[in-house]
Amino acid sequence: MTDLTLRGYEYLRQQVLEAIAEVGRIFLMVLETLRSLGRGLRAGGLIVDQMNAIGVQSLMLVFIVSLFTGAVAAVQAAYQFSNVVPLKFLGSVILRSVIIELGPVLTALIVGGRVGASIAAELGTMRVTEQIDALEAMAINPVRYLVVPRVVAAIVMLPVLTVLSDAIGVMGGYVVAVTSIGVSTHTYVTGLKQFFFTKDLMSGLIKSLFFGGIIGWMGCYYGFRTEGGAEGVGVATTRAVVASCVLVLISDYVLANVLFRFIFAS
Amino acid sequence: MIRIRGLRKQLGQKRVLDGVDLDIPTGKTVVVIGRSGTGKSVLLKHIIGLMRPDAGTIEVDGQPVVGLRERELNEVRKRFGLLFQGAALFDSLTVGENVALPLREHTRFTGEQIEQRVAERLEWVGLKDIEDMKPASLSGGMRKRVGLARAIAMDPAYILYDEPTTGLDPIMADVINRLIRSLQQRTGVTGVVVTHDMGSAYHVGDELAMLHEGRVVFTGTPDEARQTRDPLVRQFIEGSSEGPIKPL
Repeated sequence: MTDLTLRGYEYLRQQVLEAIAEVGRIFLMVLETLRSLGRGLRAGGLIVDQMNAIGVQSLMLVFIVSLFTGAVAAVQAAYQFSNVVPLKFLGSVILRSVIIELGPVLTALIVGGRVGASIAAELGTMRVTEQIDALEAMAINPVRYLVVPRVVAAIVMLPVLTVLSDAIGVMGGYVVAVTSIGVSTHTYVTGLKQFFFTKDLMSGLIKSLFFGGIIGWMGCYYGFRTEGGAEGVGVATTRAVVASCVLVLISDYVLANVLFRFIFAS
Repeated sequence: MIRIRGLRKQLGQKRVLDGVDLDIPTGKTVVVIGRSGTGKSVLLKHIIGLMRPDAGTIEVDGQPVVGLRERELNEVRKRFGLLFQGAALFDSLTVGENVALPLREHTRFTGEQIEQRVAERLEWVGLKDIEDMKPASLSGGMRKRVGLARAIAMDPAYILYDEPTTGLDPIMADVINRLIRSLQQRTGVTGVVVTHDMGSAYHVGDELAMLHEGRVVFTGTPDEARQTRDPLVRQFIEGSSEGPIKPL
């Protein structure tokens, strides 16, 4: 083997080991969160603050994104239907694609960008200014005080935002269907009702619970591991957002298999 | 009484602490001096369990703290107050909430008792009626004093000061030095001050300990330090770039 291949091998080995260590550390933080859950839940005020920051503050963003998601779904569906599928199914297709996939996943991606970044930046700044050390020095468990409220709030608020996103998305589709595709209100609504299954809605909401956990934990994990001042905070923020988006999409695939092949299989 | 024996810590490639032995007697203020980057802050973080040593022991009132589980460690930490170099105030909380936090977390005080205690401790550090301000709107000296008020909120037996006068103007530095002294006289608290400010070291210290290349190379009273012939100590306290210590 040449020197270069050896170096390449060594580099690869380091990367793989580091990746495994990272997964391990994330699991340790998840475990620590679960261990401190009992005491952490008693601090209701902290959780409400985070529910506001994560949920209420994201409403406008989710509203706009969902509206246009539904709208583009209508345009695309109508185009793909042309001369093949009757337009009375337009509502059905929009509804099902929005509540199963587009609502939960797009909400998770944009909230992951917005909230994951802000959690990582806030906790990262606390880390580099020794505020997290200060908590520990005061005998206050930083995971209980900082991580539990954020993760709990994210897990609670993501399904709430997703329900909203589902509703707005269907409305966005409706506006386009009626104004520019020429489908009547009656046809659209009949299409909606015809193929509505509760399990579709539930599957989307179950997924969003997991997405909430991913967003909260990734933001906290990379925030806690920040080192090296302002630059470090930037790195942590980027990592948190990238990791939550990638994990949302991967877990979406895994959950889709579990939910539709086993739990809701009929 | 804090007893440190053979403390070693390696960070990356650098041996920061290489066998530190140090005693901190109850009721005294011991000042640890040394150049920047000689591991003074690392030493403080070991005492309060924010870092774990590679080897060595630390005893607080006879109880070993190295290797304690978090729950036991937290009981030890409740006897300590730590003033960080940058004060490390929580900027999402007001000044009053910062000082009140340890009380809310660890005592069964009523809201009124907490309010009284917060006002009292802020007054001790010479601040009044700033409970509702946010840390971001305070000057450096005020932040340090709020940090000190928070550190003494729980009536600690030990206070650790990490560079208490660094970055302050000389007048504010003197205010802080006097505070450290008056706190010790008022409460009999045991203090560990880490600094490279010799004026501050002479002012607040009952004893000085000099840290150099990971070891304690000198211990003695301020007067002994002034009279020592040890070239390392002489060079440091005179602040000279010529001598056995090489400027990097």
